[in-house]
Amino acid sequence: MKLKKKQTAGASAPSANKAGLLGEAVNRRTFLRNSGITAGGAALAFTGGTSMLKKAEAANGPQPGVETQVIRSVCTHCSVGCGVMAEVQNGVWTGQEPDYDSPINMGAHCAKGASVREHGHGERRLKYPMKLVGGKWTKVSWEEAMNDIGDQMMSIREESSPDSVYWLGSAKFNNEQAYLFRKFAAMWGTNNVDHQARICHSTTVAGVANTWGYGAMTNSYNDMQNSKAMFFIGSNAAEAHPVAMQHILKAKENGSKLIVVDPRFTRTAAHSDQFIQMRPGTDVPVIWGILWHVFENGWEDKEFIKQRVYGMDQIQEEVAKWNPAETERVTGIPEATLKQAAQTMAENRPGTIVWCMGGTQHTIGNNNTRAYCTLQLALGNMGVSGGGANIFRGHDNVQGATDMCILSHSLPGYFGLSDGGWKHWSSVWGLEHDWVKSRFDMNSYEKVKDKDVPTINRPGMPVSRWIDGVLEDPDNIAQKDNIRAMVLWGHAPNSQTRQPEMKKAMEKLDLLVVIDPYPTHTAILPDRQDGMYLLPACTQFETYGSVTASNRSLQWRDKVIEPLFESKPDHIIMSMFAKKFGFHDELFKNIEMNGDEPLIEDITREFNKGMWTIGYTGQSPERIKDHMKHRGTFNEVTLKAEGGPLDGEYYGLPWPCWGTAEMKHPGTPNLYDTSKSVAEGGLNFRARFGVERDGVNLLAEGSYSVGAEIEDGYPEFSADMLKQLGWWDDLTDEEKSVAEGKNWKTDQSGGIQRVAIKHGCAPFGNAKARAVVWTFPDPVPVHREPLYTARYDLVPDYPTYEDRKSHYRLPTRYASIQADDYSKDFPLIHTSGRLVEYEGGGDESRSNPWLAELQQDMFVEINPADANDISIKDEQMVWLEGPEGGKIKAKAMVTNRVARGVVFTPFHFGGHYQGEDMLDKYPEGAAPYVRGDADNTTMTYGYDSVTQMQESKCSLCKITAV
Amino acid sequence: MARMKFLCDADRCIECNGCVTACKNEHEVPWGVNRRRVVTLDDGVPGEKSISVACMHCTDAPCQAVCPVDCFYTTDDVIVLHDKNLCIGCGYCFYACPFGAPQYPQQTSFGARGKMDKCTFCAGGPEDDMSQAEYEKYGRNRIAEGSLPLCAEMCATKALIAGDGDEVADIYRERVLRRGGRPQTWGWDTAYEG
Repeated sequence: MKLKKKQTAGASAPSANKAGLLGEAVNRRTFLRNSGITAGGAALAFTGGTSMLKKAEAANGPQPGVETQVIRSVCTHCSVGCGVMAEVQNGVWTGQEPDYDSPINMGAHCAKGASVREHGHGERRLKYPMKLVGGKWTKVSWEEAMNDIGDQMMSIREESSPDSVYWLGSAKFNNEQAYLFRKFAAMWGTNNVDHQARICHSTTVAGVANTWGYGAMTNSYNDMQNSKAMFFIGSNAAEAHPVAMQHILKAKENGSKLIVVDPRFTRTAAHSDQFIQMRPGTDVPVIWGILWHVFENGWEDKEFIKQRVYGMDQIQEEVAKWNPAETERVTGIPEATLKQAAQTMAENRPGTIVWCMGGTQHTIGNNNTRAYCTLQLALGNMGVSGGGANIFRGHDNVQGATDMCILSHSLPGYFGLSDGGWKHWSSVWGLEHDWVKSRFDMNSYEKVKDKDVPTINRPGMPVSRWIDGVLEDPDNIAQKDNIRAMVLWGHAPNSQTRQPEMKKAMEKLDLLVVIDPYPTHTAILPDRQDGMYLLPACTQFETYGSVTASNRSLQWRDKVIEPLFESKPDHIIMSMFAKKFGFHDELFKNIEMNGDEPLIEDITREFNKGMWTIGYTGQSPERIKDHMKHRGTFNEVTLKAEGGPLDGEYYGLPWPCWGTAEMKHPGTPNLYDTSKSVAEGGLNFRARFGVERDGVNLLAEGSYSVGAEIEDGYPEFSADMLKQLGWWDDLTDEEKSVAEGKNWKTDQSGGIQRVAIKHGCAPFGNAKARAVVWTFPDPVPVHREPLYTARYDLVPDYPTYEDRKSHYRLPTRYASIQADDYSKDFPLIHTSGRLVEYEGGGDESRSNPWLAELQQDMFVEINPADANDISIKDEQMVWLEGPEGGKIKAKAMVTNRVARGVVFTPFHFGGHYQGEDMLDKYPEGAAPYVRGDADNTTMTYGYDSVTQMQESKCSLCKITAV
Repeated sequence: MARMKFLCDADRCIECNGCVTACKNEHEVPWGVNRRRVVTLDDGVPGEKSISVACMHCTDAPCQAVCPVDCFYTTDDVIVLHDKNLCIGCGYCFYACPFGAPQYPQQTSFGARGKMDKCTFCAGGPEDDMSQAEYEKYGRNRIAEGSLPLCAEMCATKALIAGDGDEVADIYRERVLRRGGRPQTWGWDTAYEG
């Protein structure tokens, strides 16, 4: 896990000789000037000068006798949503205090959260717009950069269609920027827009939404304090979501049982009651192996299944194949171990399940996530406090950016790309649908059911595959031409697999643009001479807006400091592009401009008007800000305000927060919980998949939320349904005129939702969850061996899919890769994961000296037996090579944390390529303190059959001494 | 007066290093100097335990006993502080300390030690409370501001507790009772007995 903390040549200490501040009051100007000037070369050896006495020179700590402002924000690292209290003097961020009032973190921070003040130093930030000229980074003005980039993009648009420019957005945007970005891409005229959610939880969103309605964490971190059992699979919360552990360990102290299933004995496993070590990529067999014992012993919740689940009989047939012997043959886990886990879950209800990247990042990720859901459905653990599927999201706003659908296959609020979806949003935007269409290439490049479909109605390429959009023969891709310009806007490229091919793709592009607070790994990966720009965006502490935590609660960030150096907030950069492209008026039709800056609150109000599907309509900026202000009044376990001005509301108005803000819905703390009325945050499973299938009723039977006037299942609400029920006249005249012919998703008056809830009903209907998703390649989740499997002997029994000609516009390979056995030459399974000190690709956190000092070397965990087999000693430098040819240099960490035959690498490193430090390729003074090889250089091909999630949790490799 | 103590609850500590960076942040502690660190025992195998360690502010501090220039002093709250103007960087305190707390910034290429630096329990040093001079040498003085050490205030899982020893013991006792486990007050016998 962690190498010994000592100084090595691999890392460079921050320069300590910042002159000029001694004895001078620090005002914003001198502070900025000095941090700008002294950000020297990154390769300074660690010699001298960093005593605490000398440190005074670098002090930008609190100044005595200067007025201090306390500003509230939210940590920008993970999805827990920890409150941050920033102390600011004269515009300089001088101190950070614990936010005890926040019901989410109660003052707590992990290493990353406790170090966010470093954003106010920003020594290694990208400081100015930069242009690559003859292989050298050259400072340019914003104006020049925008003009150059804009002109080139517009000529590419002209020559090749809008689809040849790829807009890769970010989970680091706040909700308003995320929404604006998706809208911006639509106005540019492409669905080639996506973000990290594709490679983090896309298989969760698809699997979970298709099971019971919404693709999000159902309960909350806080609610886990009510769990009697907690089942973690592919989640290492102690490193990835450390503050969540506060709630988890409290639950454990109250008697809850903690089970951790993982290929590694993680820091989370160290606190478990039972640790189960699995072979990477065998999640479905593990879950079915547990369910086998559940069914065998009659531990399933028969009443719950009868009332609220469709298709469990088909699951039972599949599970019957996973008897203890077969399960052990595939997963390596003995019968008694899984029986014990099954029994723990059966005897300790409600129990919750938690999963993360370990489960999602597979070619069968959607099967894994649906298997997890099915386990909870079988145990009757859904829709109950202490139960649920607590899916921990990754980035601070990846839930929000997903909800705003910076996704190539949907529109904000998960509206589809059909004409219906486009018409809805065109109407919210106040634009003609035809004008929006006119922005796109309206030709068809692939037939769907023998019909031509224009690009506007077809999913764009996913972020996981943009490199193939550049490199693939244009005849094989379902758009006019290859991708020719790439915008990486808040994205770490080293978080993606197949780095050698990414390097080639980056070199082939006409234009490569990075918009980010840091130069990122993109700046150094390609060998280019020109056609590349770096534009400095500021961080979320330098702007303001709403952010959605994993539990669906919205919080508001106030601006802590002004943007550092020449950086700008993302929404201002979007506005600059829109001006250049000539659709500024359309983009900001409903949004006031404050000089150069679009008014964030107006953007919130605009999405409030359209996001009926998931209830992002009740969270007006005023309500979210009120919640921040009174956050001390919310209960730490229930998240409910007890007394005070927000009495009865749930913290952050977790979506769905139905109806308009005026309706004052309190938010929904736990999804599908029928023990509360819908008006008070209760719910039932969503009616999303029709009312009947093959003669079987898909609606709930005898189960409904407290107070529902329809005491049984019912379909989703529409104007017609209100009329049939005799409830139409509950609408006001004004509502009636808007609601006519609409349904609960498209009625912009909110009246249909209001009336449904008035009668105790869920606007989205009341149905069964479906354990069988008949629209997916594997309706019943089944096991398929990874493309690069160490158990080639199992391939005949559990083969992968056939290759596909076009999936998200691209050919996608499965069987043709699995046709070869690589396990002899590459005998070790390679899996990856997180470290607590770093976030994502690590460009930001490795540039923070307080964090970088704690993890200075890229490393690979290897079992002592494997190390001995190849004569590798602890801390020795090794080459790790993957079957597609990429190799990385790393320090061996010999440990029993990984099983024999499995190696683990963290994916946060970057700045090296195949053993070479690329320091010279960074703009001066902007290289991260710690650099290392990106493990994804060796991670291989493989994409989920539904979402194109990358396979980065199970590949093969060989290790040799350097 | 209070008797200030640290306690790290090993059942809660997850080695997230929040305490370490909180300390770096609060006092702008330079690279290479670690006033606080997290130590993990039995790393990677069942039984793994992590403990956050810094100066424990011992009752009868061994560092104080061995210092040849007598730069240490104990405050009324029993916080062990030192005077960097007196410190000669000899390193005796490092040998005496049972917790490995004293840190020495590397001063020259020949390995002479700089002025010793260590955890102050966020209580600064001999200079005037909350003065610029105090901040520059010892970091922020939270105790004078009426706050407790930031490492403990920000601990992700409330494993690290700091404050008046009686209150710390009360908090911990309640947890032990709830868990029905045996108390593991790591380091307390060494730091606070006698």
